[in-house]
Amino acid sequence: MSLVPPAIDLPPPLSETTPAVVDLVNVTRSFPGTPPVEALKSANLRIDKGDYVAIVGPSGSGKSTLLHLLGLLDYPTSGTYYLDGIDTGSLSEPERAGVRSVGIGFVFQSFHLLNHRSTLENVMLAEVYRPGDSSKRKERATAALVQVGLGHRIEAFPTTLSGGEKQRVAVARALVGEPSLLLADEPTGNLDSVTSAQILDMFDDLHRLGITLAVITHDDDVSERAERRIYIRDGVLTEEGEEVGESQTDSIWAAEES
Amino acid sequence: MNQPARVRDIPRSVLSVRDLLNEATIALTARPARTIMTALGTVLGVAALVATLGLAKTAGSQIVSRFDELEATQVTVKPPRDRGNSRNRTVNVIPWDSGDRLERLNGVVAAGTKSDVDVNGALARSVPVVDPLGQTEFQIPVIAVSPGLFDAVRAQMATGRTFDEGHDKRGDAVAILGPGAARRLNVTRVDNSPAIFIGEEPLAVIGILHDVARQSDLLNAIIVPNGYAAERMGLIAPSEVHIEVDVGAAELIGTQAAIALAPNQPDQLRVSLPPSPAGVRSSVENDVNALFLILGGVSLLVGAIGIANVTLVSVMERTGEIGLRRALGASRRHIATQFLFESAALGALAGLLGTSLGILTVVAVSVTRDWSPVLDSWLPLAAPILGAVIGLLAGTYPAWKASATEPIAALRSGA
Ligand SMILES: Nc1ncnc2c1ncn2[C@@H]1O[C@H](COP(=O)(O)OP(=O)(O)OP(=O)(O)O)[C@@H](O)[C@H]1O
Ligand SMILES: [Mg+2]
Repeated sequence: MSLVPPAIDLPPPLSETTPAVVDLVNVTRSFPGTPPVEALKSANLRIDKGDYVAIVGPSGSGKSTLLHLLGLLDYPTSGTYYLDGIDTGSLSEPERAGVRSVGIGFVFQSFHLLNHRSTLENVMLAEVYRPGDSSKRKERATAALVQVGLGHRIEAFPTTLSGGEKQRVAVARALVGEPSLLLADEPTGNLDSVTSAQILDMFDDLHRLGITLAVITHDDDVSERAERRIYIRDGVLTEEGEEVGESQTDSIWAAEES
Repeated sequence: MNQPARVRDIPRSVLSVRDLLNEATIALTARPARTIMTALGTVLGVAALVATLGLAKTAGSQIVSRFDELEATQVTVKPPRDRGNSRNRTVNVIPWDSGDRLERLNGVVAAGTKSDVDVNGALARSVPVVDPLGQTEFQIPVIAVSPGLFDAVRAQMATGRTFDEGHDKRGDAVAILGPGAARRLNVTRVDNSPAIFIGEEPLAVIGILHDVARQSDLLNAIIVPNGYAAERMGLIAPSEVHIEVDVGAAELIGTQAAIALAPNQPDQLRVSLPPSPAGVRSSVENDVNALFLILGGVSLLVGAIGIANVTLVSVMERTGEIGLRRALGASRRHIATQFLFESAALGALAGLLGTSLGILTVVAVSVTRDWSPVLDSWLPLAAPILGAVIGLLAGTYPAWKASATEPIAALRSGA
């Protein structure tokens, strides 16, 4: 598969006035302890609308920490995170919750499904806190489950699902309501190659729809499908093909930056 | 590259009432056994409270209704204290025909005189000849009455009949036995008017009492007509008058009776009226309620601690769920609202269940005691609200704890 998506799906050319979806400026996240752990060290990262970014790195390198920061689940210790051009440091707690409910979809490393609720109810949960029309919630959740190939299991409970099926429910929950930013932490970590290929095909579809994707993986299949690969080691980010520092990259979106 | 924050509307996440209800319903029904165990303390607390309040009320109104029936309809008239006993009284202020005079008054149900008769130690027996071996002679009080007294004390006959005017006027040697006296004299039947003897005077027994509602000394006495007592036993005048009045007429009859019996010196008579029933009711209820309320309160406190405890545990168990909800857009306030609502709903359910249990208890106890159950009408309404308030209070700390959980900490703990 080509790294370059079909031209028809390309977002309009970006300019200085179009803010990046994600823009991290010298973001550090350290956890207190003896000694304190710097899980993310002065990270700079720009993700534009429609980007498909793979984040690769060894265990404990800070991948999940990065994703939690991107998803407004955590606060940087220092540095600034602009989301859609807005300094997230200026947002109040309810505003952050609002942004999460409307704009961000999560697929967690460990599914996080509620065992006492059916597949459908788990997916519908994504829209409980989202403002707007709730009348078609069931239809949308069903459609998302059909999209991940689980239309026949909407009444099933997570405890009766296989690992791959659970992962697909988690993906359906992240997709419902079409977030503009999809964050996935090891979405194929528990899956065999066939199932993981299904998930990846789905991500390709989403990418084609213009959704911005950031996917953590240690899987080469996953990172190969993405357009950009961010390497993270001991909390330090480097982009593939990019020199250490602030120089140009060969990323197609980065190439269009000034 | 770094854009200034644009002025734009940041969306706010929401939690509709419908979703709140739905989430609480799912949470409470997902693990029914656990929900019941959590609520059990409060169920029992509310049940205890409702049952005790209900039983106090029921028992209180029992006492009061018995009291009402007997005391509130009873008026007694006695001669002046300083006149001493009937023998050396100089002025006869209680006439023989007291019963007739009073029964003419509107509001009087029945009236009659009752006098203890001094028989100078004469013994009573039911056999003509004294048997030296067995005890056949007894010291039994003798009471002289007018025929109306039997109704005035609500006498029930075991067998036979009461006196009539003729017995009284003629001074017939007839007697009615209280059940205690009948047992001692070994008289069980009256169809052939068996004879008893007081001293050497024979009397024909025409009836045996079963019970009286008032003046229980009648139960152990030999009762003779006034006419006989006056003629043969030296009774000078009746010693007291008992009047059964209509409910609410006691006060009025009290005044009228004194005038009817002694028109010239009504003030000399001592009229005793029933105490005010309202005062008795409230004092009985207050005594019972204070104790029971403390018991109910203690059980409710235990119930509240139970809810708080289990809710706190469940907050910890559901840390992963809380993290997930935060990730899906729940604000701290939404999380707090949700947990508070859950525990309040649990409390309300417990209150409802406890109320039903309490009412059942009141009804069951009432049935076994043959009481009519009485319950304040506000109680079945107030008890579930009380339960909800308890749930709300008990849920406050756990809800705060849940809302304070940071999303990443919650997510790391696993769902
Ligand atoms: N709450 C915390 N307190 C202290 N240290 C933490 C905390 N969270 C993460 N860390 C540390 O930060 C580092 C990065 O953690 P992170 O979870 O981001 O790693 P990761 O790249 O996602 O690893 P994996 O691939 O195993 O999921 C690790 O060394 C971890 O121990
Ligand atoms: Mg991780």
